[in-house]
This record gives sequence, C-alpha cells and structure tokens, in this order.
Amino acid sequence: MTKQVKTLTADTVKDSLIDALKKMTPTNMAKNPVMFVVWVGTVISILLTVFHISAGEPFGFELCTSFILFITLWFANFSESIAEARGRGQASSLRATKASLVAFKKNGEDFVETDAANLKKDDVVSVRQGQYIPADGEIIKGVATVNESAVTGESAAVLREANTDHSGVIGGTKLLTGEVLVRVSDDPGNSFLDKMIGLVEGAERKKTPNEVALTVLLAALTAVFLLVVMTLPALASFVNVELNYVMLIALLVCLIPTTIGGLLPAIGIAGMNRALSANIIAKSGKAVEVAGDIDILLLDKTGTITYGDRQATDFIPAHGVSKDTLVQAAYWASVEDPTPEGKSIVELARETGGLDETYPENAEFIPFSPSTRLSGLKISESKYYVKGSGDAVRLLEEERGVAWSDGMNAHIGAVAKQGGTPLVVADHERVLGVVALTDVIKPGVAERFARLRSLGVKTVMVTGDNKITAGAIAAEAGVDDFIAEAKPEDKLSLIREEQAKGHLVAMVGDGTNDAPALAQADVGLAMNSGTQAAKEAGNMVDLDSDPTKLLQVVEVGKQLLITRGAMTTFSLANDVAKYFAIIPAVFASALPFMSVLDVMRLGSPQSAVISALIFNALIIPALVPLALRGVKLKAERAEKILRNNMLIFGLGGVVLPFVIIKLIDMLVSAFI
Amino acid sequence: MFEIILIMTMAIALAYPLGRYMIGVFSSEAHFSDRIFNPIERIIYRCIGVNPHTSMNWKSYGLAFLLSNLMLGIIAFLILKFQHVLPLNPDNIGPLSWDLALHTAVSFLTNTNQQHYSGQAQLSYLSQGTLIVTLQFVTPAMALAVCVAILRGMMGGRNEKLAKEGAERDLGNYYVDTVRGIVRVLIPLAAVVALILSSQGVPSTFKEAQTVTTLDQSSAVIEQTIPVGPVASMVAIKQLGTNGGGWYGPNSSNPLENPTPFSNAIETIAIVLIPIAIVFMAGGMLRRKGFTAMSFAVMALFSASFIGFTVYSELQPNAAFNELAASGPNMEGKETRFGPELSALWGTLTTQTSNGSVNAMHDSFNPVGGLITRSGMLINGIWGGVGCGFVNFIVYIWIAVFLSGLMIGRTPELFGKKIETREITLLGTLIVLPTLVILGFTAITVALPSLTGNSNPGFHAISQVFYEYTSAFANNGSGFEGLGDNTVWWNVSCVITLLLGRYLPLVIPLAIAGMMAKKRTVPTGVGSLSVGNVTFAVTLIAVILILNFLSFLPAAVIGPIGEALQLATTGVEG
Repeated sequence: MTKQVKTLTADTVKDSLIDALKKMTPTNMAKNPVMFVVWVGTVISILLTVFHISAGEPFGFELCTSFILFITLWFANFSESIAEARGRGQASSLRATKASLVAFKKNGEDFVETDAANLKKDDVVSVRQGQYIPADGEIIKGVATVNESAVTGESAAVLREANTDHSGVIGGTKLLTGEVLVRVSDDPGNSFLDKMIGLVEGAERKKTPNEVALTVLLAALTAVFLLVVMTLPALASFVNVELNYVMLIALLVCLIPTTIGGLLPAIGIAGMNRALSANIIAKSGKAVEVAGDIDILLLDKTGTITYGDRQATDFIPAHGVSKDTLVQAAYWASVEDPTPEGKSIVELARETGGLDETYPENAEFIPFSPSTRLSGLKISESKYYVKGSGDAVRLLEEERGVAWSDGMNAHIGAVAKQGGTPLVVADHERVLGVVALTDVIKPGVAERFARLRSLGVKTVMVTGDNKITAGAIAAEAGVDDFIAEAKPEDKLSLIREEQAKGHLVAMVGDGTNDAPALAQADVGLAMNSGTQAAKEAGNMVDLDSDPTKLLQVVEVGKQLLITRGAMTTFSLANDVAKYFAIIPAVFASALPFMSVLDVMRLGSPQSAVISALIFNALIIPALVPLALRGVKLKAERAEKILRNNMLIFGLGGVVLPFVIIKLIDMLVSAFI
Repeated sequence: MFEIILIMTMAIALAYPLGRYMIGVFSSEAHFSDRIFNPIERIIYRCIGVNPHTSMNWKSYGLAFLLSNLMLGIIAFLILKFQHVLPLNPDNIGPLSWDLALHTAVSFLTNTNQQHYSGQAQLSYLSQGTLIVTLQFVTPAMALAVCVAILRGMMGGRNEKLAKEGAERDLGNYYVDTVRGIVRVLIPLAAVVALILSSQGVPSTFKEAQTVTTLDQSSAVIEQTIPVGPVASMVAIKQLGTNGGGWYGPNSSNPLENPTPFSNAIETIAIVLIPIAIVFMAGGMLRRKGFTAMSFAVMALFSASFIGFTVYSELQPNAAFNELAASGPNMEGKETRFGPELSALWGTLTTQTSNGSVNAMHDSFNPVGGLITRSGMLINGIWGGVGCGFVNFIVYIWIAVFLSGLMIGRTPELFGKKIETREITLLGTLIVLPTLVILGFTAITVALPSLTGNSNPGFHAISQVFYEYTSAFANNGSGFEGLGDNTVWWNVSCVITLLLGRYLPLVIPLAIAGMMAKKRTVPTGVGSLSVGNVTFAVTLIAVILILNFLSFLPAAVIGPIGEALQLATTGVEG
C-alpha cells in the first residue's frame, strides 16, 4: 500500500522559500563545502558591487551576477526545505489524530483517565471496544480486532493478540472488538515515527556513508576548481590581461559541482520520504542506503510467503466414487469444524456447487481429539462422515470392517509430493477420497521475488516443513533457495554464515524468536504487528506488516545512490559547456582572438557569463522534482543501467547546457 | 605511417609475452626463471641483509619503499656534490652546486631524469656511468614493485584465503619484488637492447673523451672533443625504464645515442615495451581477462589518437614560414634523419610513458603537438611510467568505479572490495594534488618574473613554465627547453614537484589497496558492476578526459591554446 500525500501545495512552496532564506547563515552553509564556496563567492561579489557603486563605476554586471549567485544559494536551500516539508507532511499523515486521544491508564488497581500525550514508556492502558488506542504499544492481555486504516490505508480489520507474534498496536488506530491491556512502548516524542521525523529534519540528520564519501569527492573537485580560478590571475597578468574578479567568481561558481552539491541533502531526505510513503519507518538513513546493497533476503515461509493456514484446494475422489459424493461428504465432515482448515473445506465445497446443505436432525459434531486424530459429523449411531490423516482414517475404517483400497495410498502420496497435506474423507460404508490442503501462496509474491532477483537479490525461504513440502512451495513461490526443517535459531546462524561469505543479508520477521536474527541482519525489517522485541531489534518497521515490502526498501536504497551518482555525472558534464561559455568571455576584451573558442557565439562576454550563471542557478530547481522522486530504477543488468544513465546524464549533461545557455543568452542579449 | 604501425605492432607483440613472463616473476609460485636467477638473488639478499621470506602489509611495504629511496637519495646527493674528489673522473669535472646536485639526485631518484645540467659536460663517469645508471635500473623496479603490491592488494593480498576480515594483508616483500624486477626483467632486457644498439654504432667504452680533428679545417673549429663512454647500456635502460636521461644533452637526437633508423625503431619500442607489458601482467595477476581487455583498449585508444594528432600537427607547416613559398612539414627542432612522423611518434610515446627522452625538441612542435605531449603527461596513465603509470590508471579506475557504482545503485566496489569514505578521501587528495602542484608553481613562477628566467615572452613562456612543472610532476623529465632552468628557484621548486609527483601517487594508492584488501569481499552477482565492458571503458575515458580537461583547460588556454590561436590569427608569437 503506497499512499500519495500531496504536499507540493502553494503554501509548502512559500514556507520552503522562507525557510530556505533562514538557512543562509554561514554556520549552516559550512556543512556543505560546495555551497559554502558559493556563499563566500556571493559575499565577495556583493562587496565588489558595493565597491563599484561607491567608486562611481558601472556596476550593472556586478549587481546582476551577485543577484544570480544569491538566487543559486536560495534555490539550493529551497530544495532541502521542500524535501523536509514533504517529509513532515508524509510523517504527520501517518500520525493519525493522536493529539485529542484519551487514555485510561492503570494506576494500581484502578484506571484513571488521562491525556494520551502524558503517557510514558511502560505505562499500561486499557482499551475497549470502539475506543482509539492512545499510543504505540504491545498488547499484554486480551485479544482484539483493530482497524488500522488510519495508518496503513488498509480497511480490513486485523487481529491483534497478547503473547503472539501479532501483539503490536499503533497509536491512533481504532479497536473494533474486544478489550485489551496495552503496554506503551515509547516515551512521548520518542516513538519510531518521531525518530523518523528527526531523520528527515535538519538538526538530527546524519549523512549516510555513501553520502559522506560523495561529499568528500565533491569537496576535492571544489578544491581543484578553487586552485584553477585562483591561479588564473597570475597567469593572465603575465600576458598583460586584467581579469574581472566578478567574472572569476562566476567562473568558479559555474565550475564547482553546485547542482549535485545543492541537491545532495534533498536527495537523502527524499529517499527517507519515499520509504515513509511506503509506510516503512526506518530508524536510520544508513539502513535505507544499505538496503540497496542487499543481495540475500531471508524470509519465513509462514505468514510471509503463504497465508499461514492450510486451505483446501482440491477434492480427489477414490476409485468408483463420484466427485459430488466426495464433496458432499467432505462438507458434512467439516461443517461444524471451527478450524481454518475445516472452514476452507466448507468454502471450497460451496464453490464447487451442488451441495445439499439441509442440516440433518440430531447430528452431532465429532471434535478432533489427539487419540483419534479425526473430526467429523455423526448423523446417527451407525452413520457418520469423518476426515483425518490417512493413517487415522484407515485405522477407524479397518476397525469397522471397511476395506482400504490401495488406490488411496497413491492419491495421498501425490498430494504430499506437491507440498500439500492430504486429508482422507470417509463415511461409514467406504473411503470416499482425499481433500488436498495446501499452503496458499499470497498473490503477487512470485512477481515480487522475480523483481528482487532482477535487482540482484536472492531470496531464501526458511521453514519448519519437510524438504518435499518446502521444495514444492519454494518452486511455486519462485524463491531461489530454501532451508527446510529449520529451527528458529537456524536463522541467526544462516545470516552469520552468509555474511561471512561477504553477502549483505536482509531479514523479515515478526516473532520474538526472530529478534536476534533481525538484529544480526544488515537490514532487519520488523512487522508492525509483531512483538516489541522484534521491532526493537530490526532497523526498520513496516506499518503494513507486508513482508514483501522489502522490495520497495531495496528500490529506495538503490534509487538514492543512482540519483546521487547521476546528478554528480550531470554536474561534471555541464562544466564542459560552461567552460566554452565563460573562458572566451573572460579573455575576450584583452585577447580578441580567443573568440574562436566561443563556439556558442554568445552575445557578449557579460551576457555569456550571466547566461551560464542563470543556467547554473535554474538547473537546481529544475532538477528538484527528479531529486525528490529519484531516478527511475529499471530491473536491468548493471551494465545496461550504467549505459542508460551515462547516456542521459553524461552525454545529456554535456549537450543540454550548450543549448540552454545559448537560448538564455539570446534572451539576455535582448536586454543588455 | 607504415613505420609507425610497424613499430607499434612490434611493441605490442613483444609486450604480450613479456607481460606473461612478468606474472611468473612476481608470483610466489615456482617459476622457470628461478633456476637461473635464484642464486644471484640470494647473494643480493645476503648483501643487503634481507630475509626474502618475510611478508609485508601495505604499511611496512610503503615504509620500506620510502626508506630505501631516502637512503639512495642521500648517497646520490653526496656523489654528485663530491664527484670532483671521487674516482672515475678522467676529465676532471668539478662539483655541482648544492641545488643542482639536489635536483639531479631527486630527479634520477624519482625516475624522472629531468636535467638542469648538460650531461656529458657536468657529470663524471662515476656520476653518470655508475650512479645514474644504477638509479635508472633501481627506480623503475621500485615503482614496479609498488604496482605489483597494489595489484595483490586489489585481490585481497596473498593471504586472502586465510586472513580474517579486517586483518592486515600480505602484499609481498618489497625487496624481493624490487630485486626480481631488476635482475629478471630490466637487466636481461637492457642487455639485449644495449647489444643491438652497440651493433648500430652507439659507443660502449670506458675510455675518456675522444679528441678529433674536424673535416672542414677552414672553419673556426679545427679540433673537437667528443665525450664517449658506456653509452649503449645507459641508452638501453634510459628507454626501457622510462627514465629518459640520456648520456648526451641532446638525448636521442644525438647521432651517437641514436645513429640509425633501426636504432630509432628499437629505442621507440623500448619506450613502451614494459609499460604495455604491465597491462598484460596486471590482468593476469588479477586473473581477469575482461579487465586486461578494457585497460588495453582504453590505453590503446588514447595512445593511437594522441599519436594521430601529433603526427598530423607536425606534418603541418611551421607558422613562422607562413609568408614563405617553401611550406612543408614542421621541421624546426627535428632531425632530418627522423622527419616529422617518427619525431611525433617518439614525442607522443615519451610523454605518455613518463619517459622523457627525446629525438626532437618538443619546444619546437607546433602548438597542437605541444598540447598533446602535455596532455600525455597530465593524464600520466596512458601506458605510463614503469609501475607508476599503471598505478595512475588504477586511480582513474577507482574514481570511475565510484561514479559508476553510484549510478547502478550499489555501494561502489571493485573486484568485491568496497570504495568508501576513507578511500575516497585519499583519492580526493590525488585529484587535488596535480592541480595544486602544477598550477600553484606555474602561477608563482609566472607572477614573480625575476624568478622565471625564461627566454620567451607571452604565451610561449607560460607554456614553457607549465610544461616544466608538468614534466616534473609527471616524473617525465622531458623539457620544453629554452628555459634557463639551472637556478636555485627552478632546482628547488622542481625538487618539491618531483617528490610530490613521485611518492604520493605511489604510496597513497598503496594505502588504498592495503585498506581495501582488508575488507570483506562482496560476491559478484547480476547487480554488481563489471569493469570489463564497453560501457565502463567509455565511462573511464570520460572520467580521465573530464578530470584533466576541467583542471587544466584555463592554463592551457593562456599557454599553448592561446599561442596556437595567436599564431593562427596573426602569424606572430606574442
């Protein structure tokens, strides 16, 4: 479930523009080496303009340059502000209407009414039918159905129960039925969601490892251009050329990678926002980035790949028995059965059609008992319908003198081979056939695994089932590998083993016994419905409790890196055109023959510099949507992805500025 | 044109088996060359007190490299400073000034062979025939050793299979690698080349300078002193070891150093032989055919197009003859024996490989030719100097891998070893370094004209100064000439440039390789970046071009490009 939160409204843009101005302080700018150089250049340029004005010299060009430089800074800060604003919007939409909630907090033996905002970690609250759950927490007593649509957008009610793997509840969601005691899991302002908001907002945001590395590279490139520009006056004066210092500042700003430098914070924040909009709460930016590198995903079978309950999928009549007879018998044998398996048989029988549902008088339910391992319906003393495992039914029937046909063994074997569980149906006269119960694989799972595979992620299913069953399900779900007959602790050792081979492993889990594995994995995605221990151990929580959600996280992680890399390439490629615009302009007045280098035939030296600067400033907001959305990730071979990005951002980055600068120059030349 | 193709084809054909041979030389497994060379090497190890079985991590390897260079540097300086009181000085040549001695010592120590003195006149036989020739054998082997260590590091070190993640890796033994490089590669090759050159008439003697009477007794000079000596052996190693410092001042344009077309062909091949062989060696050591193919293709493409540009440039007339009827190729500063094509070929290769020997004066190349020779030095990784050239190439690869890795959405890694902040910080230093040193010194020298002492005004002067520092930083050693460079400023500033241009670009990559070696190896899968394909090759070429273009275009505009445009529009030098 992905929610699109519309946040690019006029108001957000206005607020972000104001916020961007506030970010213009030197201490804030110094965090980003590239933009800091622009900041210093802008200050010097403004001072030079003032100097020109006070000396009574012409100052139009200087004023214009200073203004564009200022706008460049503003746009760069704006991109960060707008990303932050979107993040806030995204997060608050997840935070249901919490402010007005009332809680009934346990105080000794009594419950006192209090404001939800006052709840602390480990407080216990009581929640009844129809009330809102006041805070994130874990059910410690009781069972309830909860409507979590306020957070997940999914309207179907979910079951939450104490002491199970589904004990987690979210603040702001509505209790539909039942009554529970909930232990609050966090102090106010300290929930996962609060932490995530901190991650998108300025102060607490930490750069991710690849972001730091890229910042260092950009700083090195900036240093190179500083040296290039600073040594230029000395060389120029040797050939008796006086350079205009404002032009040099313009040259410097155009050359240093301002495009990526300005957009870098926004790209990082936007990545977190995309995770949030997929209803995933990451505890650190690093976790999201690492997800892009994951190459093995470990999944529990139950509840992840399959629904967890075995469901009836087929009726296989015995030799000489019509299918209708079998369906009818299976229906009677299951109609009183409260287990999910029984219900699914009834459902499948109804779907098959032609049922007689008139309930026989005096019929009596035969409940499942460990000694008989059968359940069914007793119509009269001598008349009954039963279902059970092959052995159990055979025992019963042979006791009663009903023959067991060898054909049955073949049917039973066939079902087991396909990963199903065979239930034999019989009545008082004969063995009627087999109902196949199988784990039903969730819809869409296979497609998602295929996409993960194409992104280089191998999926491994872990199950307690025997090898035959596990193999059949693995094949149907399209996982790459499976571990059968696994014990819970095997997950941890498996993760360690794969990590020792150099793999980066992601683990999806919800149970308390998953906690060590979630903590050990490079990416631990805990289900929000899961236990508190699991949520603490993982580094991400999925509010929708959808295990295949990891795919989205992997994509967000990859997109983060691709967007950064593509924009760095674009930024560097742009410099080629900027050189051809500015270098001839810088020398034009003193060395007229340099105009040969002016391949774009720009209007005048001043218009050339101003056009390049305008391009440099405008490209930042022009790329903001791409930075926020991320470069599109296609499931293709690494080489092909690289080729596409090199073509679009490398070659495009070389060609585009030639065209745009020329166009801007035609406009600018019309005015000066 | 035919000669150029023939020479390059032969160079590649010989380099391939040499590269395969070098894989064996530097492998820790038994090799057929052991039987011949082990006894000799054992004596050497005993003499220098080295246990050949110790293994070194990147720190001890780097330290051994730096210390051995320091030792050699001190010895070299003392010999040059006191050559007048030392033996083997039949012509009674005096001592060098402290700054010239320092520059000369560092210049040869760094495998640069930039000469601010004139060889045959200012150096004794001990200095020239013993010290310099020794350095010409030892220094390329040292850089080759570092290159080999880096390649081992890229594969996780020699103990990759046994070592734990994060444990220091065995990159080999510096002394063993250096000694093997000298004994098994450089000496045998030099012997063969020296013999061929002697057969062509290059002097090979320990006799003092020869006095001859000139043919034209009516001219002012009726008697001439011609210095001779063990020229052939020195020329052989000068070419093979990307040294470049010749016996005679005019280097291989002097008929005694390079007498015949055949000797010229052999000397040209010798410039690129080992650098090309290293490409084949690297691919073999890394056990990656795709990597070899990509490296070879990228370097060959650069090399061939640069040769094409220079040859074209030198086939154009010299602008000074614009007004004259007799136009033709630019013959200024060229031997008529070699002509424009072979001079351009040599000029291109010698600047690509940080060799620096010349058979024509680069100062007199047409501006485009001058620009191309300079580009070869700035890139400094098209074949490149023995050892150091391929290390520079690896640095470019790392940068390209970082960018491409991001663009495919994975933490960048090469051969499963991640490139992270620490490595990028070090790579960043290497990106800034050339600009800082070359542009920094050029600007200072040009800003203080009393220091420059150059013979030309205007653009050409900037060109010369820029060339001198570029050549020093690239450890190339070729000169643009026409520069009065034997002054304290030139000597000292060049010493700094030489040292920074030699040691940081070797030790920093060694550190990077050492750090990367320790990391967990990420298994390769469908999502990982492969470097052995056209897409990566194009990315790499773009990175090499853009980095150098962006760093040096403005300086080139005021230097050679400005000069070219001025010549083209006005026909006179400014």
